[in-house]
Amino acid sequence: MDLKVSDYTTDDDLTVINVEGEIDVYTAPKLREKLIDLVNKGKYHLLVDMEKVEFLDSTGLGVLVGGLKRVRAHDGSLELVCTQERILKIFRITGLTKVFGIFDSVDDAREHRKKQK
Amino acid sequence: MAPQIATVELTFSPLPVHVRTARLVATAVARRGGVEEALLDEVRLAVGEACSRAVEVHQQQCPAEPVRVELRDGADRFEVMVSDRVPNDDPAGEAATEVSPDLAELNGDLNLGFAVIAGLADDVDIASTPAGVEITMSWPVKKD
Repeated sequence: MDLKVSDYTTDDDLTVINVEGEIDVYTAPKLREKLIDLVNKGKYHLLVDMEKVEFLDSTGLGVLVGGLKRVRAHDGSLELVCTQERILKIFRITGLTKVFGIFDSVDDAREHRKKQK
Repeated sequence: MAPQIATVELTFSPLPVHVRTARLVATAVARRGGVEEALLDEVRLAVGEACSRAVEVHQQQCPAEPVRVELRDGADRFEVMVSDRVPNDDPAGEAATEVSPDLAELNGDLNLGFAVIAGLADDVDIASTPAGVEITMSWPVKKD
């Protein structure tokens, strides 16, 4: 299955990136290009919704870490929505649960963001 | 002792698109060989990681050479060996040649691939041979 990536920006200036399909060595460049494009457009607060991601490997993790580095250079943030155990397991194995904020839903992430302000 | 014969052997050109094919084949053979359903995701991911690494080093050093995957359906274990043809590559260390920043970001400036393999495979062995690097992983099987 190909990777589908789309985005929208909420009224609180959070850009939500919906990702659907498999993120691997073949498809990860598409996600990477999207993250770079958004940062180049001045979108520095990103939330990647991974609820429809069916597969994620270390290449995908590398892209997310790269995106995080880019937004942090602009005092931004990159957080994730993920409840799938098989995807969360990869973040745990690599210790990246300590690096990314991971939420159960877009609403939860937005609520957390409001409290931080 | 005679060498163990692979149940399925797969060779593919070192292109990212073929890694998915290798994952699918490995998962199908593992299922048929009796690997528990709960472990199949781990097989799929670990084989994909090993193949992605092999594709990366082949693209840098020998793009005409195929990557080789051997799947062995044994009595007690399902074993996968992914072999590249890049000798002198330090599999868990720095890349042997300079890697572009883009590729490094995509594929492993954090060496996440090995962390994932080590975390998922039940048993892992990484051997650097004169011919290249061999990553062997195995999982238990249940035979009826």
